[in-house]
Amino acid sequence: MSVQPVIVAGVGMHPWGKWGRSFVQYGIHAAREALQDAGVPWTDVDLVVGGETVRNGYAGYVAGSTFAQALGWNGARIATSYAACATGAQALDTARARILAGMSEVAVVVGADTTPKGFLAPNAGERWDDPDWLRFRLLGMTNPAYFAMYARRRMDLYGATSEDFAQVKVKNAKHGLANPNARYRKEVSVDDVLGSAVVSDPLHLLDICATSDGAAAVVLVSEAYAAKAGLTDPVRIAGIATVTPTFPNTVLDMPMLATDASGGVDPERTFKESIGDAVYAEAGIEPGDVDVAEVYDLSTALELDWMEDLGLCKRGEAEALLRAGDTTIGGRIPVNPSGGLACFGEAVPAQALAQVCELTWQLRGRARGRQVEGARVGITANQGLFGHGSSVLLTR
Amino acid sequence: MTATPAIEGWFTTGDQPALIGERCTTCATSYFPPTAAAAGFCRNPRCEGTEFEQVELSRRGTVWSYTDTRYQPPPPYSAPEPFAPFGLAAVELPEGIVVLGQVAAGYGPDDLRVGMHVELVVEPEHTGEALIWRWKPLAEGSAA
Repeated sequence: MSVQPVIVAGVGMHPWGKWGRSFVQYGIHAAREALQDAGVPWTDVDLVVGGETVRNGYAGYVAGSTFAQALGWNGARIATSYAACATGAQALDTARARILAGMSEVAVVVGADTTPKGFLAPNAGERWDDPDWLRFRLLGMTNPAYFAMYARRRMDLYGATSEDFAQVKVKNAKHGLANPNARYRKEVSVDDVLGSAVVSDPLHLLDICATSDGAAAVVLVSEAYAAKAGLTDPVRIAGIATVTPTFPNTVLDMPMLATDASGGVDPERTFKESIGDAVYAEAGIEPGDVDVAEVYDLSTALELDWMEDLGLCKRGEAEALLRAGDTTIGGRIPVNPSGGLACFGEAVPAQALAQVCELTWQLRGRARGRQVEGARVGITANQGLFGHGSSVLLTR
Repeated sequence: MTATPAIEGWFTTGDQPALIGERCTTCATSYFPPTAAAAGFCRNPRCEGTEFEQVELSRRGTVWSYTDTRYQPPPPYSAPEPFAPFGLAAVELPEGIVVLGQVAAGYGPDDLRVGMHVELVVEPEHTGEALIWRWKPLAEGSAA
């Protein structure tokens, strides 16, 4: 199933950090930057899709409306999406669908968040039917503990080492040095990572991404509007995957306490592999065509998992690529040239959009200080709680 | 006072404790946690089953992965004073289900390997009297 592309007319971000301001301020900063980048007047926008934030009260639950009002009511339709880490991609998918249906010409997609320090915690109260509450109540199972289990499998099954994981951080820290939107812009050494406290064995504090404030926005337009506006050689969204797992889902998934029963036969592909497969199928593009990837390094080891899930290398071979420098800018398939979550920290509803912003800059050849030379095809990937995941494929 | 399970209906206690699963009487798929019967239908999308029987899941399995928690998790985890790190393991049962659990008291990541055999035990939670299921490493060479 090949899907028609839509045009990325503009992108914008509010720098990641801890700024002490409201998510609305971050969001409209990013949205106005994206509109300016696109050269599109706000009055032309007929759709605003907001990524919901669950940490900012009612205004966050109706983020689409909140951003539309803050930008100045212009009568645009609104929508709000929530899909954990995949929120931004799902919001983007909603905008794309209306554009491709001929129901919208210009859409602004915005995600913004303020995030408390420390472990992400479940909602308060006694919630005995909520797996996200139960995993803390019964087991004390935090997000980093899940990340650590995935990391440990790489070590025991493929011979990965703590040094390999640390090298992912070293690489991403270097990539993010010149990124004006990155929160952490400092070189990190392997010793720094290995010398930081162990959070959940084998992962150290510096293997695990922080939580941040931040915002990202994307202006999507139809082919017709792009032609009318004289946008030449723009970046296109060639595919967006927001598929859910298929039964039986046999890989342990946050925040679940157990998997489905495999029935004795492992499924053909895992959930995360199916995310990549779906986006390649939509775009009619092969993994071998990809020039650059922005993947969800919630932990250093997860970046290695994603390279394999997206078919950028075979299962168990990601460490070899990393060690050879293939995933460093200048290498064969640079991964996380933005610096990734290692340099940003996670701002949940903004993060999938931030990946799209970065790849737009990369494909335009305007990622100053971190440019992947000649990049024409880029892929993003992320995954969050409750069977949410996404991948976006961009081309130019 | 007899100690009670931290959650009702998920596991048995006694000498040979076991997790309580639910098996679809139509397609024989097993589920844990045992929440399928309450939902009223089988989650296998190719099955129309609506009847379940309670089954005790295998008490032994192999380690899918493992870790520990060195920082105190947020509530509703109830931490002892002072907080003490504890092990966590995901264990694949012969039924094909991977089930998370804490690791038995006195064991941690150094005692575990992917693929090694472990057995279900029931121990008191880190605070209070209630019981929780845990995974305990079996001596090398033990059969699953």
